[in-house]
Amino acid sequence: MARIFSYIVHRGGTVDDSAAELTAVARKIDPTVPPTAIVTGWGAGLDAVCSSLLSSYGEVWKVANEALSYPNAELVRQALVSILPANSILLVPHDHFGIDLSPGLSIKVNSAFVPDVLGIDGIEGDSLRLVRQEFGGQVSAHVRCDISSGAVINVRPGAFKPEQVTPISSVVFDKSSAVGTLTARRRYLETIVAEAGDVDITKHSVLVSIGRGMQEKDNVGLAEELAEALGAAVSCSRPVVDAKWMEKSRQVGSSGKTVKPKVYLACGISGAFQHLAGIKGSPFIIAINKNSKAPIFQVADVGIVDDVLEFLPELTNKVREMRGVAAK
Amino acid sequence: MEILVCVRRVPDTSENEIEVNAAGNDIERNELVYSVNEADNYAVEEALQIRDRVGGNVTVVTVGGEDDEEVLRRELAMGANQAVLVSDEDFNGSDGRGIATILKDFVKKGRYDLILTGVQADDGAAQVGGMLAAMLDYPFASLVNSITVDGGKLKVGREIEGGNREINEIDLPCVLSIQTGINEPRYVGMRGIRQVASVPIPTLGVSNLGVEKDSVGEAAAKVRRVDYFVPALSKGADMLHGSREENAHTVFELVAARGGLK
Repeated sequence: MARIFSYIVHRGGTVDDSAAELTAVARKIDPTVPPTAIVTGWGAGLDAVCSSLLSSYGEVWKVANEALSYPNAELVRQALVSILPANSILLVPHDHFGIDLSPGLSIKVNSAFVPDVLGIDGIEGDSLRLVRQEFGGQVSAHVRCDISSGAVINVRPGAFKPEQVTPISSVVFDKSSAVGTLTARRRYLETIVAEAGDVDITKHSVLVSIGRGMQEKDNVGLAEELAEALGAAVSCSRPVVDAKWMEKSRQVGSSGKTVKPKVYLACGISGAFQHLAGIKGSPFIIAINKNSKAPIFQVADVGIVDDVLEFLPELTNKVREMRGVAAK
Repeated sequence: MEILVCVRRVPDTSENEIEVNAAGNDIERNELVYSVNEADNYAVEEALQIRDRVGGNVTVVTVGGEDDEEVLRRELAMGANQAVLVSDEDFNGSDGRGIATILKDFVKKGRYDLILTGVQADDGAAQVGGMLAAMLDYPFASLVNSITVDGGKLKVGREIEGGNREINEIDLPCVLSIQTGINEPRYVGMRGIRQVASVPIPTLGVSNLGVEKDSVGEAAAKVRRVDYFVPALSKGADMLHGSREENAHTVFELVAARGGLK
């Protein structure tokens, strides 16, 4: 059985939630041997990160290198190529860093690569069966991966629940000396923090959230009228921002804002996992979409198959009517 | 600047309800609406804008079959200087690595300063650009949402969490995977496509590119799809089946009951 490693994402001395999820993935692949954590970075927080992993990982491999102060995928890749044993399985979160790192790493270590994995379906000899999604989450696929020369597996954040495991007591191995001088042809310069918008969607208890189903910019007004009638705010999914119908500050999702409303009206939103990742606190989700196969209906509490352009004005009228009556 | 953009023709998920076919080995392909992969279209627009600022040529390439010519012609109508179809029976069944291998051999036949792909296609894999860069030993950046040319280097913004952007300097030649929203792709009408109807689109295969046959195709694939399926779902949404007016009433009451009215 191939040895299993997890790449640990950490910020400011704290381990990301993905570390516990990757442990769960490793146990699904091989329940007999605890996986090994790989922690790369530099500075004061690094040892704290390593220590916090000792109860859940069989070994912790530390690579301390000043060039790794910021996780530049090109430099991290060089470090991993230096320390990963041949034919290993490496688990990486499928986030903006994993998308940057893993495809190229798989080439450099001559391993298979499986992106955005949602499920582990068992192993037979050199063949690992996994579950993925295609076509914007509308269908799932079983995938078979030949792990005879190892594999890099990118795991969808949030797809695996961390498991309660009996704490173990492992050891940190310092692998820093195995990594030579690191140089990159892509250099990190700075991080530009998102601008605050005119409306703070994270503070609202009801969101009228719109997606591609709104079809054109002129129709955004339909959602604004409903939001006004309800006393809610309008938020949106990525395609609405891509099309420049709304400002980036209104976007809900992993590359936008994380919101915690009481009620979330998903209007013409398909429900890509990157969008759902931005909805926290288990709000009551009401989805309106003309595609009955839209993944949003799998997570919504109530669903309506209808054209939002027809339904929203009807709902706005209803809200005005009912509230007008209530006010008398 | 010589720019190559790798594109793909895919079923348009915003226009189609995707269903698994009876055999479970593919999706129902009858009556699907196809289009150029959305992120790839942004990549072509970005290439055109860079060319128009600093000069040079934009070449568009796809690995596929005859049917894929329509997306190449669309990108020619947008303003690409040339388009190439890479097609060969031996390429069938290639995994992401196989496709990257074919593109690597194509790139080596030319001279490109900048290679763009869309960040991901219909399979959501986001893999070919990063693999291609590693095979060519070029630097790579994914999820790119801004590009500024600065001499022999680029300044690129990457989309990271929470709407933040990571700014990097990257040496040329390089490979970038382009995120949707980086620009506003220009409109292409039927008239524009008719105007490029007679532009020749060369087709290249294994022998033209010098691809090692055993590094591509189904036999070389380390990753293979076994089947498509629709997962057994958790309960899912309670669907409302009333009239539009009744449904609106129900939604109003649900929002009110959850303390949603202000």
